[in-house]
Amino acid sequence: MAITLKSLAGHDCDNCPAQAQLQQMGISLAQFDRLVALAGNPNTGKSSVFNALTGLRQHVGNWPGKTVARAEGGFGFNGVRYKLVDLPGTYSLLSASQDEEISRNFLLFARPDCTIVVVDATALERNLNLVLQILEITDEVVVCVNLMDEARRKGIEVDVRSLARDLGVPAVPTVARTKEGLADLARTVADVIEGRVRTSPIRPTHPPEVERAIQELAPMIEAVAPGVANARWVAYRLLDGDHRIHQALLSGELAELASGQQAAPEKAGPLIAIHGTQ
Amino acid sequence: MSTEAASIRPEQIVARAGALRARLGAGFRDSTVEMLYREASRIAGRAARRPDEKRRDLDQWIDRIVTSPVLGLPIMLLLLALVFWVTIVGANYPSQMIATGLFWIEEHAAAWFEGWGAPWWLTGLVWHGVFRGLAWVVSVMLPPMAIFFPIFTILEDLGYLPRVAFNLDWLFRRAGAHGKQSLTMAMGFGCNAAGVVATRVIDSPRERLIAILTNNFVPCNGRFPTLIMLATIFVGAAFPLAVASLAAAGSIVGIILVGAAFTLFVSWLLTRTVLKGEVSAFTLELPPYRRPSILRIIYTSLIDRTVFVLLRAMATAAPAGAVIWILGNIHAGGASLARHAADFLNPLGSAVGLDGVILLAYVIAIPANEIVVPTMLMVYMGTGMMTDAPSFDQLRTLLVGEHGWTLLTAVNLMLFSLLHNPCATTIWTIFKETRSWKWTSLGALMPLAFAFAVTFLVATAVRVWGG
Repeated sequence: MAITLKSLAGHDCDNCPAQAQLQQMGISLAQFDRLVALAGNPNTGKSSVFNALTGLRQHVGNWPGKTVARAEGGFGFNGVRYKLVDLPGTYSLLSASQDEEISRNFLLFARPDCTIVVVDATALERNLNLVLQILEITDEVVVCVNLMDEARRKGIEVDVRSLARDLGVPAVPTVARTKEGLADLARTVADVIEGRVRTSPIRPTHPPEVERAIQELAPMIEAVAPGVANARWVAYRLLDGDHRIHQALLSGELAELASGQQAAPEKAGPLIAIHGTQ
Repeated sequence: MSTEAASIRPEQIVARAGALRARLGAGFRDSTVEMLYREASRIAGRAARRPDEKRRDLDQWIDRIVTSPVLGLPIMLLLLALVFWVTIVGANYPSQMIATGLFWIEEHAAAWFEGWGAPWWLTGLVWHGVFRGLAWVVSVMLPPMAIFFPIFTILEDLGYLPRVAFNLDWLFRRAGAHGKQSLTMAMGFGCNAAGVVATRVIDSPRERLIAILTNNFVPCNGRFPTLIMLATIFVGAAFPLAVASLAAAGSIVGIILVGAAFTLFVSWLLTRTVLKGEVSAFTLELPPYRRPSILRIIYTSLIDRTVFVLLRAMATAAPAGAVIWILGNIHAGGASLARHAADFLNPLGSAVGLDGVILLAYVIAIPANEIVVPTMLMVYMGTGMMTDAPSFDQLRTLLVGEHGWTLLTAVNLMLFSLLHNPCATTIWTIFKETRSWKWTSLGALMPLAFAFAVTFLVATAVRVWGG
């Protein structure tokens, strides 16, 4: 399915009624229909996006590494209730540090319906590193190009359409502090979840010898866990010696996840809690 | 495919992955990272155009000054001193007004209770116990917090804190610790439990443990009111009026420097003994300076921090007030239980330049550091000399005149407050983060040992040389 540029770049009308449809739900999370993860580099205004969507007041600070624990909140859009989980801000998902492990395991084991990756419009190059890594794990991604006001002030022009086309997932420009573009963000998340926008994320090829190893392992993983969405990524993590993935493969947890018995977040919660602390 | 699926077992995949990993060699991770950077650079280059660099130049110019090897640290210390000076000058008067108001309420409410025929112990417990505990906490803590937190939040919002980490990095590396430890220290100023949680940003378990075990040497905001009060009524009072508040602010900066020195010293000690290992490198991003948004600062600092801390303090002060009142009013052998306990602790207290009442206050205040000073005052007042002394001057008269405090008592109490064991919340957080009773006990007992050792040395030195 081809994606139109319009839907990729979000809606350009400022006065569409979407704003009225976005409903902040704070922490009333008794019931929700969809699970959305919020990822991003530190200091990109991720917590501001979280607060603007949920109406919560998570502490926002201008220094890296502030959000180390998970925060959860809710928002409603067009009558659908979304649970938003704010993951720790990290520069990558490759290392063994705890914050990166928490994010990585959440994306794989809690299986959010959609993942918003917040990037800093003034430092795209550094931020895209994390986006590419998340695209390896999951297809359902919306890139939130935040701090557009700062980019404008610095005279940086960001072509959001080009970005969306190259990444293969929607990109929405926002200014979380003034809530600019947030209704668009919510709408795009809804579009991705309901399949109105199909994504085809870019997956760069590894160097030949790594690629060969991945191509050997991936079919084996698919055989053990039929329907797994990201066998290539699981293969790479196995090559990297990721203990948690080893465990999930050996215990059959991965196969269970892939067979569509989606782990409820309640079930994933304790898992993350156990592996998130030493 | 289905026959193949039946024939492959997960164990085989893991074994095969291990074999492939061995064949690939260690360099393949780097090639992945390179690939990601190349791709990110290509896409970003197509999507973003940055024409002029003037604004970045301004940021870089400011950064060159505030992170310069020569000016960086002095600027940091001056800023710190300025923050405390503003806090001390601004908090003094409102504190006295709130205290006067609340003690007026206590007196009249107690009289009304008696007039209404309530039993003496009920009046005592409710008004002279619980309410007085709350009144002390509110009047001593609220004004400094309402001034200190917004200023601190402005610095945080501007993006100054990572620059502090940058300035201090080389010191931590010398001590064998992680440079990001200065960020977790900065969190510790707000709350040590939060500082302990913030150590999750440190990758290496060894360096993370060091950061956890030493976070307590940063005075948290539960201890700042104690430090500010002591600095104001003892250190400040020892100087001419014109420079009193400056001297008080300077002494708090001095105490923080002592804390920083201890952090580095203990980190160094740990890396030489139980936590040997290499120092790991890290990249620290210096974020752009941002204009702080005033409304959010007010909200964050007043609601999230001030009210949060105050409510926590009040929640522990109320039962502590009741305990003190009971200890002060149950008599055995001609003296109250509080008197007995204080007398019992007195030899130890005087050895370290304090007294039994102060130590008793620290025991009662284990749940929360915020209530040490109020507890201490209530024990002093509850053991005979009933005074309501809301103003700092009267407080000074009470402590110096009737309980024999000296400048040594004040300095040692500041040192003890800086170094002693973490509050119950922090200890529990250390356990949750380390999952080890061994490290938790070390984190609780090591600072206590340092507190006694340092105050003992200071007291002994003063007695020997100061006469």
